[in-house]
Parts: sequence; C-alpha cells; structure tokens
Amino acid sequence: MSKRYAMAIDLRRCVGCQTCTAACKSANATPPGVQWRRVLDIENGKFPEVSRTFLPVACMHCADPPCMHVCPTTATKQREDGLVTIDYDLCIGCSNCIMACPYDARSIEYTPRYAYGEAMQSETARFDPERLSVATKCTFCKERIDLAAVTGQTPGIDPEVTPACVNSCISGAMHFGDVNDPHSNISTLLADTQHFRMHEELGTDPSVYYILDGAKA
Amino acid sequence: MNESRKIGDRTLPRQQRNWDARAAANFICGGAGGGLLLAVALASLHGEDLRPLVVIALALVGMGLFAVWLEIGRPWRALNVYLNAKTSWMTREAMMAPFLFASGAAAVLFSLPAAFWIAGLLGLVYVYCQARMLHANKGIPAWRHASCAGMIVATGLAEGAGLLCAGALVWRGLTSFGVLLAALLALRFLTWWKYQASLRDAGVPIGTMKAFDAIDVRFVWLGHVLPAVLGVAAALAGLPLLAVLAGVLAAAAGGWFKYTLVCRAAFTQGFALPWTPTRGEGKAGPGVQPGWDRVRPV
Repeated sequence: MSKRYAMAIDLRRCVGCQTCTAACKSANATPPGVQWRRVLDIENGKFPEVSRTFLPVACMHCADPPCMHVCPTTATKQREDGLVTIDYDLCIGCSNCIMACPYDARSIEYTPRYAYGEAMQSETARFDPERLSVATKCTFCKERIDLAAVTGQTPGIDPEVTPACVNSCISGAMHFGDVNDPHSNISTLLADTQHFRMHEELGTDPSVYYILDGAKA
Repeated sequence: MNESRKIGDRTLPRQQRNWDARAAANFICGGAGGGLLLAVALASLHGEDLRPLVVIALALVGMGLFAVWLEIGRPWRALNVYLNAKTSWMTREAMMAPFLFASGAAAVLFSLPAAFWIAGLLGLVYVYCQARMLHANKGIPAWRHASCAGMIVATGLAEGAGLLCAGALVWRGLTSFGVLLAALLALRFLTWWKYQASLRDAGVPIGTMKAFDAIDVRFVWLGHVLPAVLGVAAALAGLPLLAVLAGVLAAAAGGWFKYTLVCRAAFTQGFALPWTPTRGEGKAGPGVQPGWDRVRPV
C-alpha cells in the first residue's frame, strides 16, 4: 500500500499561540494577508458555561479533493502519497478551486505585498513571481517530504523532513506521518484517541485528524 | 480592521469575494444566451426569420465569456482551461462554446433548420454545464445543493423564453410565446420554492438565507407572477407590448437572482466541531458550528 501522509492535531493540547502560523510564514515566505496555516479561536456556550477551542486549519490534503476535480487546467494534482499540489505554470487563477474547497484553504494574490509597504531585503530575496495571480495553499512542506526519499529519514519523526508547523508546535499538539502504516506514530496515536475530520460529511476524505479526547473507556 | 485580523477570524462563513460581478456576468449572460438559443430553435418552427435573435444569443454568451476572461488571474494562459474535460465542468463549458458559436454561425449564415436545433441543444448543454459548475463547488453551501443546479437551468430556460418574448417588439408572431414563458416561470417558481426549502432543511450559513430572503418577495411577484400574467394576457389578447414587458421582467429577474446567488448569497462553509475537546479536569462540551442556522448535532 502506498503512503498517505496525514496530520493529527490534538485540540486538547493546542494553546492557540500561532507559532505554527509563524513557522509556516517563515518556511514558505507567504505575503502579508496570506496564511496557509492559521489557528482559529472558537468560543462556545454562554456565560458562565463558556469554552474556547483553538483550531489550527490549513489545506486538508483530501483523498477526494474537490479542488482537483473542478480545476479546469489540471494544475491541482494529487500525488501518490496523498499530497495535493498546485502547478503554478498551469494555473490560470480562475478561483474555481477556492470555491470548491470547504476548508477556506486557498488564496490568490494578484499584486506583490510586503509587510511594511516597501520590500525588505529578505522579502525581495524570497519573492516568487510564479505565485502571483495563481492559487496557493499549504503544501505539507512537500520539499521536506521529498527530501525524505533521498535521505531515508521518516517524515513526522525526523524534523528535517517534517512540516515546519509540526516542528514548531510548542505543546506537541501537531503530529505528522503515514496513516497507511499501522505502526507509524500517527496511526498509533489515532488508535488511542477519539478524533474527527472536518466536514467529513462532504465526502472529501481529509487527511487532517483532530483529536478531541482519549480512547473510549 | 486590518487584513490579517480578518483572516484570523475566518471561523465564521464569509461571503466569497473571488468571483465578483464579472463571474456573475458569465452566469447571467451565458445562461440567458443559452436559453435564448433553445427558445429560438423552438420558435423557428413558426417560420419567422429569427436569425438576429441568434446573433444576440451568441453575443450574450460571448460577453459572459469575455467577462470571466477579464477576471482570471492569468488571462494569457486561458487556453489551459481545456485541459481537464475528465472532471471539470468549467472545462466542459469552455469546450461547448466553440461548437455553440459554430452552430449558431451556421444558423445565421445558412439558415439551416438543423443548425438552429443544434445551436439550441448546445445552448441547453451550455446552461447545464454552468449549473454543474456551481454544484461542484463544495465550499459554498448555497451552490452545492442539487436544486441549485436545477435553479440555474430553470432560470436559463425562463430567461431564454423571456428574451424571445421581448423579440415580439419586432416579430409580432412571438407574442403567443407568452404562454410558454408563463409555463417556464411556473417551473422556475417551483424550483425556487424547492431550492429554498432544501437549503433550510439541510442548513446553510445565516448570511445565505438573509441574502435570499432579501429578494424573495420581489423575485416571486415581479419576476414570476406579474410576467406570467402579462405573458398569458399578451398571448390571449395578441398584445406584443405586454409580451415584451413580460419577457424583460422575466429575464431581468433571472439575472438578479444569479447576481444574488454568486455575489451575495455565496458564503463559505466555515468550521465546526462535533464536540469541544476535553481539557485538564474538564469534560467535553457540546458541538458548535458558528455562523450557521443550526447547531451541529453532537
């Protein structure tokens, strides 16, 4: 069976610090206003019974991705390991994939934007004109995962080949690995916990699992 | 409020901004043009020379495509739109267009009856492609219902019949098509009623129903009841001006609905929790789906 990379996020542990958001921006040089990963703050209930839940969200790398089906150019593709990718050379920026994604994971920037108006040296160095006027989103740091094939390391275990957000998580809430391997870190974790996937009812078969509780007694 | 704050707040469904009035224009003009081609094919049995209406229909489809071309981020790569006929309804819509223009041109240049019918059927297929394009967008709850696709088709048919009736200004013989218009408006009304019921039944973002509720009364009375009555009266009394008025009202209402559907009622899915996580000594709490008109069952 081929690999299927997935992410598990333990919502009991997430403290909403946005370090994963910052790590993603740093790793991928996304412009201001574009956040491939972000942490939502959901308030629930009425005083005095109120709770807050921090919900990290990004592309769910669905096994049945609606964005890929609607893409008229085949720019959105799915790799054998489950990663959903965008070919910037093919994309025409029609935004159909943005409409198809139930996770609000994609965005298009039409003009260069910099944190302080004028480009800083670091922004100039990392500016990628290919990303203008095309759809962009979280890649699960695919360059790192591709590196694993060269180095023989294991994504989710070895930091060099693990997505930046997972590496950065200060509370150990984020986990990454091959969900098709029953002995992987992520499979073991999911076997021991109660979890859900966002909007599963839409049939997208997402690759991000949210852990809500320990195993049922 | 700055942009980063807005992005951080995307827990609630938000009105989509990526498809604006230019995208809506494609659905408005393309649907009306496709519907008009079918209506002209039917009306061509009457023996009138309706080739100018075919030209208008093709111009409408062309205007819609031009509008959407203006909206895409990389317009000079637009031909890439043809690369995914396997699953993309946008590709299929684009593939229909050249055949539609070719058959329409054949109808105009050679007056071939078969060309009128082929153009009419391709017009219907074009409208169907647009309907399925919206339906495939799982990220927009208002669009992904099957009845939304039905609404787009019903609207295209009614708009086509409406524009045909508007042609009674020149071709008095088209006045009798007021009855057809009334029948198609009845179909659109039933579809609208079913669409709204299915949205309320399945649950949608609050903003979606607000946008539809804002147009509902005027859409029904000015876009259906009044033009249907005028259309039947025009046909029975043989008054072309009434048929023109009925047709314009029916077509304008269709455009108004599609603008609302694309630019006003299209809210994103948002996020939901089936139940809230346990923390420390605490217990799991009830689920939540912010910004929806129902609470997700736990």
